[in-house]
Amino acid sequence: MQGIDREWIVRKTLFVMAMMAVLGVLLIVFFVAREAMPAFTQAGPANLFSSAWDPAGGRYGMLIFITGTLTTTVGGLLLGAPLAIGSALFLTQMAPRRVRSFFTRVVELLAGVPSIVLGWLGFTVMVPWIREATGSPGTGILAASIILAIMVLPTITAISKDALEAVPRSYLDASLAMGATRWQTVRRVLIPSAKPGLLVAVILGMGRAIGETMAVALVIGPATAYPTSLTSPTHTLTTKILMEMGESTGVQRSALFAMGLVLLLLSMALIVLVRAVTRERREAA
Amino acid sequence: MTEVACGACGKFELEGVNLYYNGFKALEGIDLRIERCSITALIGPSGCGKSSALRCLNRMNDLIPGARVEGLVSLDGEDVYQRGYDVVELRKRVGMVFQKPNPFPKSVYENVAYGPRLFGIKDKETLDDIVESSLVSAALWDEVKGKLKSSALALSGGQQQRLCIARVLAVQPEVILLDEPCSALDPIATQRIEDLLVELKSRYTIVIVTHNMQQAARVSDYTAFFMIEQQGDPGRVIEYDTTNAIFTNPKDERTERYITGRFG
Repeated sequence: MQGIDREWIVRKTLFVMAMMAVLGVLLIVFFVAREAMPAFTQAGPANLFSSAWDPAGGRYGMLIFITGTLTTTVGGLLLGAPLAIGSALFLTQMAPRRVRSFFTRVVELLAGVPSIVLGWLGFTVMVPWIREATGSPGTGILAASIILAIMVLPTITAISKDALEAVPRSYLDASLAMGATRWQTVRRVLIPSAKPGLLVAVILGMGRAIGETMAVALVIGPATAYPTSLTSPTHTLTTKILMEMGESTGVQRSALFAMGLVLLLLSMALIVLVRAVTRERREAA
Repeated sequence: MTEVACGACGKFELEGVNLYYNGFKALEGIDLRIERCSITALIGPSGCGKSSALRCLNRMNDLIPGARVEGLVSLDGEDVYQRGYDVVELRKRVGMVFQKPNPFPKSVYENVAYGPRLFGIKDKETLDDIVESSLVSAALWDEVKGKLKSSALALSGGQQQRLCIARVLAVQPEVILLDEPCSALDPIATQRIEDLLVELKSRYTIVIVTHNMQQAARVSDYTAFFMIEQQGDPGRVIEYDTTNAIFTNPKDERTERYITGRFG
């Protein structure tokens, strides 16, 4: 009798714990949507999805910030993903075991560097370099992309490594036994076979980049204007929310929540994309 | 042993070959003459080194860290382990079929076209011709000609293995190595592969590792019996002769015990 009771308690407790996560997600979406509501009803979608941000004049357009988020994310991935997949290839195909474990530890450490530290280093070390090299203010899309590239590196490297290791050895053997060189085998068999996994790695890296706030805020500018070059100051959704949340009220505050909602939906769309890609992989196998 | 005259097939000779995996000696003093345009079977109990011996021939052991070969392995009189020897060229001349069918996760067509593409053939018609003739030679064409574009992984195990043979044939090798090619197949699929091998031996030198003594007896012209004396010892060739002689009149008592099924 006592055993059954204990079982029941454990089961219910675990159920409640699992429900917490579900509840958390639902509550977050609910509250963000509720707080964003006034912006939609009072300012209207046309106002929100315009380019003009001027709360004093009743303009709450977020297109500049969406542009900033998309360009820095894409920039970070363009710089970071090839580097990360390259490292994963090196780790799985070439590195001797000892180098591999050392390198893997280092990449894990990189994942643990707090974003404020990276951002601060970016601002005090990297931005001056860019300033000198280009004669511009130095902050902007380029600086943010480089910082994001460093931040997505561990995520993409680790998941790409798993994806590459999951390719059966027999595929590679078959190719090598045909007289293919190592490089031909990597390019024609390994990478195509690991492609869905590599895609997942990049998408998860994208998730990390799209929501990053602190590090980007320090090197993005800031300026409420479209970027005119890679080194002109601008804003992303996250940095704009960060800068204005403290001193905003009313519709302006609600508009910031609307920006948060857009960000949330973008992230969720990415997760759906990951699911779609992995499902495709399972069906292909 | 009489040698059949044949133009394009390759001939292997092994003299005093030792193979080490790090400190462990896996093979010792292997002497074999692999005759051209014939089928040579390597038989013996599990772990006796017959697969390792096979992999010495196309230097697939190179891929195992710590593997080292001593002695002479020559293809048509040329030492394949000499410094500067072109391994890529060797593996092009000496194709390999593995124990578990391992087609690439690509279409049937792309699997067969893989090798030719690797070596720079881009012309669509030429590729089409190679794919068709290779599949015909591998006795698979009639079964797959309507689904060349569908995934090779959708084929049955036996079809996949014949596809792997077609893939090897597409680069026009001189020698084909098969490492227990039928161990994952049912008897009917096995039969088809065996028929295919007998058909192919007029054009290729074939070396097959097999667990299955009946298979060796059915398809091969020469048989080498491998064995290890006890755990930890290197594998050695106990007896090498025509298949007929090995199975009807073995000279070594251990060979006789093995082929009559008293151990292994």
